[in-house]
Amino acid sequence: MNPEPLTLVPTGPLASPHAHGGGRVTWVMAKVMLALAPATLYGFWLYGWPAVHLWTITVACALLGEAFSLRLMQRRAMPVLLDGSAALTGWLLALSLPPWAPWWLGAAGGLFATVIAKQIFGGLGQNLFNPAMVARVALLISFPVPMTQWVGPLPLGSLGAPDFVQGLQITLGGIPDLDAVASASLLGYAKTELSRGVDLVAALGGAQAPALSFVGNRAGSLGETSALLIAAGGLALIFLRVISWHIPMAMLLGIALPALVAHAIDPARHMAASAHLLSGAALLGAFFIATDYVTSPNTRLGQMVFGAGCGLLTWVIRTWGGYPEGVAFAVLLMNALTPAIDHVVRPRIYGRDRRGRPQEPPEAKP
Amino acid sequence: MGLMEKFHAFLDLLEHGSGRHWGVHPDDRKRPAADAPLRGLPLPGRLYVPLQQHIGAAARPIVLVGQKVLKGQLLAEAQGATSAAIHAPTSGTIAAIGEITAPHASGLPFAAITLAADGAERWIDSATAADDPFSLPPAEVAKRVAAAGVVGLGGATFPSALKLGLGLRAKIHTLILNGGECEPYLSCDDRLMRDYALEIVDGIRIMLHATGAQKALIGIEDNKPEAIATMTAAARAFAEIEVRPVPARYPMGSEKHLFSELTGQEVPADGRTTDLGALVHNVGTAWAVHEALRNGRPLVERIVTVNGGAIAFPGNIRVPVGALVGDVLAFAGLKESPARLVMGGPMMGSLLPHARVPVVKGTSGILALTAAEATMADPGPCIRCGSCARACPVGLLPLEMSARIAAGELNGAVAFGLKDCLACGCCAFVCPSRIPLVQYFNHAKGELAAQGRAQLRNEAARRLAAARAERIEREAKEKAEAAARRKAERAAQKAAEKVAAEAAAAAGAASEVES
Repeated sequence: MNPEPLTLVPTGPLASPHAHGGGRVTWVMAKVMLALAPATLYGFWLYGWPAVHLWTITVACALLGEAFSLRLMQRRAMPVLLDGSAALTGWLLALSLPPWAPWWLGAAGGLFATVIAKQIFGGLGQNLFNPAMVARVALLISFPVPMTQWVGPLPLGSLGAPDFVQGLQITLGGIPDLDAVASASLLGYAKTELSRGVDLVAALGGAQAPALSFVGNRAGSLGETSALLIAAGGLALIFLRVISWHIPMAMLLGIALPALVAHAIDPARHMAASAHLLSGAALLGAFFIATDYVTSPNTRLGQMVFGAGCGLLTWVIRTWGGYPEGVAFAVLLMNALTPAIDHVVRPRIYGRDRRGRPQEPPEAKP
Repeated sequence: MGLMEKFHAFLDLLEHGSGRHWGVHPDDRKRPAADAPLRGLPLPGRLYVPLQQHIGAAARPIVLVGQKVLKGQLLAEAQGATSAAIHAPTSGTIAAIGEITAPHASGLPFAAITLAADGAERWIDSATAADDPFSLPPAEVAKRVAAAGVVGLGGATFPSALKLGLGLRAKIHTLILNGGECEPYLSCDDRLMRDYALEIVDGIRIMLHATGAQKALIGIEDNKPEAIATMTAAARAFAEIEVRPVPARYPMGSEKHLFSELTGQEVPADGRTTDLGALVHNVGTAWAVHEALRNGRPLVERIVTVNGGAIAFPGNIRVPVGALVGDVLAFAGLKESPARLVMGGPMMGSLLPHARVPVVKGTSGILALTAAEATMADPGPCIRCGSCARACPVGLLPLEMSARIAAGELNGAVAFGLKDCLACGCCAFVCPSRIPLVQYFNHAKGELAAQGRAQLRNEAARRLAAARAERIEREAKEKAEAAARRKAERAAQKAAEKVAAEAAAAAGAASEVES
């Protein structure tokens, strides 16, 4: 019996394994986007067409920036765009902008995120800082006024809500009657009142104080309004094992614990823990931004340190910093510490102690 | 306790508190092959018996081309410390002593004896089959195991007799039998345990006798309930032998991991399980020991799992050593042309360049995988998700090691623990960017080995050069000393002659005076 001449020219690596668990970067990104979708759609409904236009422009410019950079490096853009990371970056940035912000804010932010904060560092996996947060901070510092111009909710279909064309006019040409729609976010309002010398008990008890809503019917960015949907999306990601609970849990505790203590000591100067958790980008940051694989530590222990740092810094910046919101700054600061955390917190190797020395063989027992 | 130690103890506490996660849970795909009855491969016309089917030096052939041999006759004897004997897998004529492609992705050849089968399958008479193994001294048992060419059948193919001797010297108390078979697709050990439980248990008792161990633990993954049942029944009569189901998780069949699972202890780095009083053998090895001691039969055949999406009739087949993979595939039938042909399991097996490769003692499986099974995709950039670090059963950071290897910093990878890597493939299995991490590690290990050899060579050359320089210097010095000595001797001689002459002259003068 002569064996048939079966010669193979295998594709892929020669080394084992010859099987794979099936995970793909594109699917990871797709799952994150799916988890963001409910909160985003709710935000679209709440703030209407201008929010849709701004989101579209921001995501499109993030993709454009990625494609432009790749073409500049004479690489094919399409396979890289399909990994979904650039779209996700644009999406997260859009969620952190005031929903009625002018088009150029989203465009500049989207381009900045992928060109400067990501591709210049070497593209996916090489950036030290979270691209969406780098872009957000760059915009906040460069254009503080449009970046803090919040509008109250004006749901689609409600009286006075802009239609598609009016929405386009607002995004492209600015808000015609700003005073009629302007509103303050809770964190901004608290900071302003505190700086005027009004204590928080009085300020937040007042009738004109922004409402704190778990469902999200209040002023703010797309990503902060519905705490419920953001948290639900985040929990779905944990359930799908895209992210682990370590960073979100540590970050939320990092905000809540100091807030709890400070509020108990001096409620006139410190907001309650619930207000901190439900305001600004706390939840979006904890579940979707601080958990970015590239810019967070790789070990579970390191992730807990990182998350706690993000939370604590957020609270510190909100309490004593110049800006009402601190999530973006806190995440960037902790991003800078990530290599150090990864250097110090390493898994213990089998048969070795934490310094890497072989373990002492125990006395063989009969 | 220093601050750093306190910090490390705290980290241990946290890590242990959240449970030490290691390994992966691949879809095992063992059935229906595992449940199919054992078949025998029809004897191929020619067998290609490699001289190196074990760790260590190749065996030295002791037969001549044209010589007639019987089944089980010694073809090549062990050569060197960790070598193993090779026997004829059937009766026939030695047709050639040449080369055949080794079961390795390189497709490089290695030495093999070609045996033309006569079809009679006539066994050589065994002089030792009647002896009671328990009346033999342990060293004699190990000697017979060595004479039968038994090597570890789990895949590492370390000569079993050496391990038995090591266990005896190390005064081990526990023999651990590895029936984990954690590789997906493979079921040869499962089939062996279901069909040959009594023989395995007898082999275990012989191994207990050979090592002086008091008890034996048989670790079997809980995805093999039939094997657990048959082995438990077979071991019931022997209090010293216990079947211990372990959770199905890859790589549970790794020697150190199975040991840790069963004993709760960790083998120190650079150490062996024998340091902790335990010796690990594969269940297949126990069967081979039984065959060697009870029937006087050397290891010339084994059970091979033939599996994969391209196989028409997957199952387990008894295959003589030296049969070609192509023979086995022809018997099991191919539904389609496989995208990958693998010897061993999908996680650690070797990619075969073609099917003209012989089955060896360590061949646990032959897999013909379809393109859909061997999902090969182009690698993308590392997104630092850390999946590999959490999957690593050793606690390494594959992402850091591969980044350093890619940058050419091999020593950086070593600092991250490259030398502790088992090459088990968990990291590459979970990588969403499909980075061939094991290929990076194999490359680096190969480079480091080459560097090590080059360094040894350089050191040897330097020693030789130094010795030569020393010798030249010594010779020059000796020459100079010899010259100086001769000069001194000559001078002394001259002086003596002068004194003698003067004396003679003086004596002459005196005699003249006298006369």
